[in-house]
Amino acid sequence: MGAHEIVDALNDELVAWGLIDEVQVLETSRLGDPARFGPDLVVYPENVHYASLSVDDIPYLVEEHFLKGRVVEKFRAKETLVTDDELGAPKAKEVRIVLRNCGKIDPHNIEEYIAEDGYQALANALTSMTPEQVIDEVMRSGLRGRGGAGFPAARKWQLCRQVPDGPKYLTCNADEGDPGAFMNRRVLESDPHSVVEGMILAAYAIGASMGYIYCRAEYPIAVANLNVAIEQAREFGFLGQNIFGTDFSFDLEVRMGAGAFVCGEETALIASIEGRRGEPRPRPPFPAVKGVWGKPTNNNNVETYAVVPQILLKGADWYSAMGTEKSKGTKTFAIAGDVVNTGLIEVPFGLSLREVIFDVGGGIKDNKKFKAIQTGGPMGGCLVEEHLDLPLDYEALTAAGSMMGSGGLIIMDDETCMVDIARFFMEFTQEESCGKCTPCRVGTRRILDILEKICNGKGTLADIDQLELLCEEVMKNSLCGLGQGAPNPVVSTLKHFREEYIAHVVDKKCPARVCRALIRYEVIAPTCTGCTVCARNCPVEAISGERRQVHVIDDKTCIRCGICAQVCNFDAIAVLS
Amino acid sequence: MPTVKSLEDLKRIREEAMKKRDIKTAGGRVQIVVGMGTPGIAAGARDTLKEFLNLIEEKNLTDVTVRQTGNFGLDSLEPVVQVIIDNAAPVTYGKVTPYAARQIMEQHILGGKVVETNVIPTEAK
Repeated sequence: MGAHEIVDALNDELVAWGLIDEVQVLETSRLGDPARFGPDLVVYPENVHYASLSVDDIPYLVEEHFLKGRVVEKFRAKETLVTDDELGAPKAKEVRIVLRNCGKIDPHNIEEYIAEDGYQALANALTSMTPEQVIDEVMRSGLRGRGGAGFPAARKWQLCRQVPDGPKYLTCNADEGDPGAFMNRRVLESDPHSVVEGMILAAYAIGASMGYIYCRAEYPIAVANLNVAIEQAREFGFLGQNIFGTDFSFDLEVRMGAGAFVCGEETALIASIEGRRGEPRPRPPFPAVKGVWGKPTNNNNVETYAVVPQILLKGADWYSAMGTEKSKGTKTFAIAGDVVNTGLIEVPFGLSLREVIFDVGGGIKDNKKFKAIQTGGPMGGCLVEEHLDLPLDYEALTAAGSMMGSGGLIIMDDETCMVDIARFFMEFTQEESCGKCTPCRVGTRRILDILEKICNGKGTLADIDQLELLCEEVMKNSLCGLGQGAPNPVVSTLKHFREEYIAHVVDKKCPARVCRALIRYEVIAPTCTGCTVCARNCPVEAISGERRQVHVIDDKTCIRCGICAQVCNFDAIAVLS
Repeated sequence: MPTVKSLEDLKRIREEAMKKRDIKTAGGRVQIVVGMGTPGIAAGARDTLKEFLNLIEEKNLTDVTVRQTGNFGLDSLEPVVQVIIDNAAPVTYGKVTPYAARQIMEQHILGGKVVETNVIPTEAK
């Protein structure tokens, strides 16, 4: 559309007027829909959007706006600019960097990626930057590992680069295992080349010759798209020998995992890549020294790699301008649970939880009340109302007793039983514990036993004390992050919702009316019309009553399935605790 | 496919790719883009895609292209489909069942009237 010519014309004019040091011309992928706005540009800080420009307009525009400071009304866009409208409905406050191509390009076609500036960063880096410069640029951008721990990515690369041993390997953790998290899946499926390019760049930076993408078999489309992407990258010469005519060679392979949660832990992941049982081992030695096949290995998450090309393309300053002091850039989050807009978002760090839940997520479903939010997956913690104004960044979440994790956000309304939620997460981690170390293998099982006991109405106050003690021991003594983090949901719900635990054990009541052993169903006599729908749907025939007469639920036969309440058209079934 | 050996090679390929993309856009008067990521497929995007292809065949349309893409990020509204006619702004539809696909084809693509019931507002709230 002539945008390149316009950039050239702008630069020429700015030089001619001696303004080149004051006005910076930045290229971006797109501002508005090109079909409506044509070649367009935005002047900051005024935020004036000029549209449908041609090269001939530029001299006048530069003279009027930049020299004389007058906005040129006739070039101004007629419509208000809605950024990124091709991506469906980007929600307010979203910034898409990792997800920029998702839903926009055909993931099976490398050319569409190249048309979106794909492999440009690689070309620049390989032909004009040393590996140290690449590391330096990523270091300055402040990019931190997106897998959860938030270790500075470039620092990790540097450590690996400094190890004299070789050959070196690169691994990509695409074993997204948190329940309710699907950030990585989307990137892998919709924009696999960004991960491939990011990995080649990282390999160049640390001097690795071979890379593995460890992806779970439950992501068949992601695996298929990755394989297509790798094959195409090979054809184009981005992978293989002498990339871009340099003496740098690198190749990639996808390794499928069986979907074990623990394989997201890097030493377990490495063991699994080697074909061994996916169990973690004590560190040190860290993978940077002894990783895949006992050689120095760098492991990062999908999202970390996917953002690297953009950082190198647009510069560390551009990236570090977003986010908070210690957490730079943007982060993808999977929003699930009781919110209106479930799905994936990408926002700059520093947005408050409130903004994420209510502005981006659209608020709580069915006008219910917000109760808690679980961040960081099953090993994270629950945060409550008082935490809603916390900025989303690594430090703030950790300080509040939760964590960033890989970015799963599960939002719960006031009809959620927190003891039941803790039980749910424990069930998951207990199942996923690899069994190598005793604290995690036995501890998680015992914690779950106690939680089940409490949910079944058989708990005592002593059980709560026991629970706290156990949680502490498991966290302190487990070998890897799984055991160290597993009790987090219990600890955080105990901290914020202790009264619910006490209601379960002392009053034998479930305040949220969820735990089956502690609730009962009753027909509200004045409301019941005797339509017989509940009686006909009850799987255990616990409901009796004549047509047009008030029905009765036999509490002894009732299995608390809740079907009667669901099918009742008159809201005549009450759940009591 | 020629291997890319230099910045110039990449630039050339990029320009060709952009040209191809423009031709693709120009070639079909109408583009239908179906989100075929896991959430889309789970919600039935394959049936939706098939329905669009059937409809194109059934109605003997030559200027409609169907493309696939990944996730749009609106998982609760899958299957998500975008319809781009000529140079107009894309219209994003959510919950596109085969039935809705038929409506979109008949009312929007052939009739020029957007099927309001399934439209996802481009600007959120």
